[in-house]
Amino acid sequence: MSKKPGALTTSAASAKHLKRRRAADGRFRYYGLSAIVVALGALAVLAVTIGSQAMSAASYHVVSYEVTLDPAVIAPEGASRPEDISRNVDGFYSLVRDNLLNTFPEAGADRNSRREVSDFVTRLAVLPTARLVAGNPELIGSRISVTAPLNDDLDLYLKGIGVRERKIRAGAISSVEPAPEGAFQVSGAGAFNGLLAGLTVANEGRKDDAVQLDVLLTSGVSTGRLTEISADTAHLELLTGRVADFTESAPTARIIQSAESERTISNKQIAWTLALQDMGRIKRAPRWTLLTNSDSTYPELAGGLSAIVGSLLTMLVTALVAMPVGILAAVYLEEFAPRNRVTEFIEVNINNLAAVPSIVFGLLGAALFINFIGMPRSAPLVGGLVLALMTFPVVIIASRAALKSVPPSVRAGALAVGASQMQTVFHHVVPLAAPGILTGAILGMARALGETAPLLLIGMVAFVGDVPKSPMDESTVMPVLIFSWSNNAERAWEPLTAAMIVILLAFLLLMNGLVVFLRRKYERRW
Amino acid sequence: MDTTLGMSTAVDDNLTLPPATDTAAAPRIDCRNIKVFYGETEAIHDVSMAFPDRAVTALIGPSGCGKSTFLRCLNRMNDTIENCRVEGEILMDGENINDADVDPVLLRSRVGMVFQKPNPFPKSIYDNIAYGPRIHGLANGREDLDAIVEKSLRRAGLWDEVKDRLAAPGTGLSGGQQQRLCIARAIAVQPEVILMDEPCSALDPIATARIEELIDELRNRYCIVIVTHSMQQAARVSQRTAFFHLGNLVELGDTSQIFTNPREKRTEDYITGRFG
Repeated sequence: MSKKPGALTTSAASAKHLKRRRAADGRFRYYGLSAIVVALGALAVLAVTIGSQAMSAASYHVVSYEVTLDPAVIAPEGASRPEDISRNVDGFYSLVRDNLLNTFPEAGADRNSRREVSDFVTRLAVLPTARLVAGNPELIGSRISVTAPLNDDLDLYLKGIGVRERKIRAGAISSVEPAPEGAFQVSGAGAFNGLLAGLTVANEGRKDDAVQLDVLLTSGVSTGRLTEISADTAHLELLTGRVADFTESAPTARIIQSAESERTISNKQIAWTLALQDMGRIKRAPRWTLLTNSDSTYPELAGGLSAIVGSLLTMLVTALVAMPVGILAAVYLEEFAPRNRVTEFIEVNINNLAAVPSIVFGLLGAALFINFIGMPRSAPLVGGLVLALMTFPVVIIASRAALKSVPPSVRAGALAVGASQMQTVFHHVVPLAAPGILTGAILGMARALGETAPLLLIGMVAFVGDVPKSPMDESTVMPVLIFSWSNNAERAWEPLTAAMIVILLAFLLLMNGLVVFLRRKYERRW
Repeated sequence: MDTTLGMSTAVDDNLTLPPATDTAAAPRIDCRNIKVFYGETEAIHDVSMAFPDRAVTALIGPSGCGKSTFLRCLNRMNDTIENCRVEGEILMDGENINDADVDPVLLRSRVGMVFQKPNPFPKSIYDNIAYGPRIHGLANGREDLDAIVEKSLRRAGLWDEVKDRLAAPGTGLSGGQQQRLCIARAIAVQPEVILMDEPCSALDPIATARIEELIDELRNRYCIVIVTHSMQQAARVSQRTAFFHLGNLVELGDTSQIFTNPREKRTEDYITGRFG
């Protein structure tokens, strides 16, 4: 700013003043810009972290099982009605488990292995198949393919999230020599040079050398655990498959970065998973169950349907209560009520009510609706009423602002042609204020949709496995489900929680989009 | 103002009111001892005056003299203002319109009003006119309503300009057209009196001339009371003129007498531009 004073600058003092003013202008612009950059940055970080977490929950691994629907197992004598079949989870589960035991005969050897193989699929995962068969009894006796989600820990392992491992390709194997008790050794010239180097790197970073790293060598459907290694020869313990497989293709070595005792999945389970994958029986499929299943204690089966329906029912109650009450109260206060002490007092307190912490409304709801009136706990009816109490000050304030913005000349015009005050308000003022009123109401509802705290206090945090059919049924809502899931210990809940958050955000965006649409469509100028 | 200016072609002769005569008839509205209070402040001090039928009476005076407040007494629009209180008698057909048992809504259907700023409803031109007849049940069916809309627009001299776009929004018209639409809207409920509160102050000279022609047309059928800041306008359109100052009625008389030979000193000072 060191320009020579031109025709427009009268003196050095005014030039200095001008320079200061311009600097202040520029600074202010930078402050504003940086505030926006910070806000957008925070939003981007949020979107990326939640989005990337949720992405991994958008799909999951399902295993297919070819089973024969043996009538003796799934529809035994005296329990062959469709209702019995659909409830016979144990029968269907035993079919699936037997299929696994047939595929991996070594799993039948001891109790521990049987349990490990049983973990592959959750008992309740066969329920859809049971229902399908109950609906189509002609399927009994035929051979069908059952698909069930893979255990959540193994699912995470396949996604590369649960267990850290390094994959190293070994060289070609020339000879295999069996040894007693399942042990064997494989040899190939220089086949394990890469693996040895990898092991050195892996061991360097470790603090305790006491625990031996697990190294799994896989070739086709067969996997062995490394016990001893040199550049040309590896001593292995067979976990699954046949020793002969190792000569057919160069094996892949996996250095598992944590000891078996520290993991939720065992070496054998990893071996079987890799085998099933090699057989082509594991597929990665989109996780529609997130929208079609209800809550479950097993992450691979859990879905948000009951919470979504619960949220919709709750919002329905909230809308039916808060919108008419709020809008009528606003119309009365703005257009009809005389201005005096009483209405002033009411106005101040409506504004106060809007600032009351939401959990207080939960306490009120618990005391009033559940304890005093005796409404059912955990029901969308009570949740909706509590959220309506919370929302309606917001609706009143927004509606009054919208009514105030209608120019008085419209009222005067209507009154002058002989419209009564009520006709003036409902024929002219309210229709003109409608976009603003609806905007406020929907934004209030959106806030209620994301509300958790008051619903915890009226018992909507209970585990709900069934989809609520009416506002009187036990139910939960999306934000509370997110809260519950985030409290679960298992690793698999983390991406699921993120996915549920994305679904909730989608609903909120939908409501905000509706606001924009209504504004654009019905906004009128005068 | 004896000259009849040209919109007679637009006027439908099939009217509910008898044809006009030039002579001012008996008073349509008779105000006696009107006082208006805003809270404790007395805005109008004991004004008594009568408004002849089929004539234009102009209320003139400097800003804040109470002429608009007085005008709003005549259809009880002051009721809608909080803290506003009107005392005195306003007789229409021998009935005091300030009586508690007079319904202001019915009164306003007999005493129409046009405002300073054109305020058509943000609806179609048709609905703007049809609204009043609809809420008062003046039309039996769609055809009747169509006829009322056409008649009102013709009388307001707007029919030829808007007949092809009755469904277009009234707010899309020009300022002068909007004001004529508001006049048509007032006419549509078949009032006996039309109050105009500075109807041309937001309009350009050409639109103003158009409205003034219209007022001259309308005085053949209605009792018109107009508040105006423009003394030229008062002189052009009115037969009677009342000069208000500081809430008092200073002088009332025939327009020609007020403007050529005022009795009061204050009136003379005002119309010659010495204050105001």
